[in-house]
Amino acid sequence: MSGQPQADERVAFALPRTMTGASLHFCPGCHHGIIHRLVGECLEKNNLGESTICVGSVGCSVFIYNYIDVDAVEAPHGRAPAVATGVKRARPDRFVFGYQGDGDLAAIGFSEIMHCANRGENVTIVFVNNTVFGMTGGQMAPTTLVGQRTTTSPGGRNMNTDGAPLNMSELIASLEGTAFSARVAVNSIKNIKQGKKALQKAYRAQSGEQGFSFIEFLSACPTNWKMDPLQANEHVGQTLVQRFPLGVFKDIVE
Amino acid sequence: MSSKPGPISLTKGNEAIAKGALAAGLHCYFAYPITPQSDIPEYLSKHLVERGGEFIQAESEIASVNMLLGAAACGKRAMTSSSSPGIALKQEGISYMAGSELPAVIVNISRGGPGLGSIDPSQGDYYQATRGGGHGDYRTLVLAPSTCQEAYDLTIRAFELAFYHRNPVVILGDAILGQMKEPLKEWEYQPNTEREAADWALSGAKDRPSRLIKSLYLADEALAGHNERLQAKHERMRQDLDWEEYATEDSEVLVVAFGSVGRIAKSSVRKLRSQGYRVGLLRPITLFPFPEERIRELAWSNRLITIENNTGQMVDDVRLAARNVADSAFFGVSPGRLPSPEDFLQPILEVWEQEEARK
Amino acid sequence: MSRIVLQESRCKGCLLCTTVCPEELLQQSQRLNASGFRVVETNRENGCTGCAFCAEICPDYAITVYRSKKGAKEPAT
Repeated sequence: MSGQPQADERVAFALPRTMTGASLHFCPGCHHGIIHRLVGECLEKNNLGESTICVGSVGCSVFIYNYIDVDAVEAPHGRAPAVATGVKRARPDRFVFGYQGDGDLAAIGFSEIMHCANRGENVTIVFVNNTVFGMTGGQMAPTTLVGQRTTTSPGGRNMNTDGAPLNMSELIASLEGTAFSARVAVNSIKNIKQGKKALQKAYRAQSGEQGFSFIEFLSACPTNWKMDPLQANEHVGQTLVQRFPLGVFKDIVE
Repeated sequence: MSSKPGPISLTKGNEAIAKGALAAGLHCYFAYPITPQSDIPEYLSKHLVERGGEFIQAESEIASVNMLLGAAACGKRAMTSSSSPGIALKQEGISYMAGSELPAVIVNISRGGPGLGSIDPSQGDYYQATRGGGHGDYRTLVLAPSTCQEAYDLTIRAFELAFYHRNPVVILGDAILGQMKEPLKEWEYQPNTEREAADWALSGAKDRPSRLIKSLYLADEALAGHNERLQAKHERMRQDLDWEEYATEDSEVLVVAFGSVGRIAKSSVRKLRSQGYRVGLLRPITLFPFPEERIRELAWSNRLITIENNTGQMVDDVRLAARNVADSAFFGVSPGRLPSPEDFLQPILEVWEQEEARK
Repeated sequence: MSRIVLQESRCKGCLLCTTVCPEELLQQSQRLNASGFRVVETNRENGCTGCAFCAEICPDYAITVYRSKKGAKEPAT
């Protein structure tokens, strides 16, 4: 079957023009690709392609600029919210978003994300939570579930020595500088639609200069969870959501 | 740089740096309180904001250097300042800015170390500043003012150099410079900052391909090529060498000292000159690039003594410069003790006696 | 009739698309692509409604969806 639309056909679904179309380096079943595309769709829908500055982070998503075709700067590990602050203050007329994993944001970058939100910076942070340090080979992260085995919690995360996982969306929602904070997932069509809505709200928060916007995407990591892609996708909907409930935790966006 | 002389005011070294940054068209400033440099954020929190610039007191020195990275990526004239321990926290960010080829100004009003050390003056951060305190083979240009006027002038120069070379520039001062007051003549000039970063800065990919500011080079050979380009840049920085010489026309003993100690040592040299000793001074103003050729040249006709407010750091560079020609004596006032011109007279005279004995 | 075109070189055999197709049209084939992944295939000629759910969840953007113009159902976005 040819890859071109026939005379009586039209393309009903294709990659947003804000994306490069390069094939992705992520593992099979990793949700980063889906989340990248939702971001690309949001940029295209609000025609932000020419006015966006992306702040990448250090983790599996460090190559975001290979996939989303906008101006981008690489932030040191954990510091994307601070770099995004500098970018937004330098260019307040640009759409500025950061894209970080849970090791980057909730471990080394915890101070930066909390203060960026607390200052009410008009930036958007996309936070991908897959409960492990992915790129470095599946170590325990601040969002690792109690009992979850990782390469640095071989006996399972121990509450007494490692503490409990951090619920970032709720923490950030408690800050006055935050205009929007929500947690979504992309393991089902229904959740993907919620993800799109959340991104649209975040866009409106930033473009309306109403303060800091934050979207946490629960994400599958088959490789480091030692599951096949379908089990990992299932794990998000069955297990992760128990500890990390989906929903909007703050929304004062007009 | 068209400029007309502005007002003269009795100004603290720290504020002279802040005024210099404003004169240079500072747009964004990010910092964190730490003695003995806090006058800089205090001054800019008022005067930068009044001019419509961006001021943030960040949650840490780490956050502030990363905000600096973000503003620099957008081609804005941006600066941060701190003191020794805070500058240590900024080293990773400075390495990233060097690797990403970003122009930025970082001010270190040094204090005693290591650890919490003291709030006394110190030159103990010389290695960190000139060798790159962060990871990797990078260098920053390093300017070392010794007077409030020079602090003002060199801050303006720092922005010119940062944007010319697209590299971070460090201003290395100390508590003496930061806290002392002197008459300051300000220059009001309007640098043309609008277009200076237009061909590389991030601004949103409108009518052009998207741009990327990064320091990650994973492909084979890619980082090697990148480092070679950075090394070539460090060579080009040699064109911006700067130093002061005093009474070296017929000197037989040359004192090498920088920053505040360079100024104190000048008084010692002047005193000894008045007593008939042919002593001279070379005061490096750029610590990187280092004036090694000139020191080597003078090493043929002078015995050298390096004087610092640390336990010996720049003396290594002086010895490297004069290798196979002459060695350099060293006299160090360790941080925690305030050096004075009299402290240096005896050590210089000892070198003079050796010179006399040689004849 | 609507249809999908799968770019086999991009497929990593993750099978997420098979979990969302309302018509259960998609399954893993026996064929390996150049990267060694067992790619997805449609299990019958027609039945595709052009809903694009498969493309929505595909992490590797391997699926393009074509919908015929005559009275085609609007995709739920």
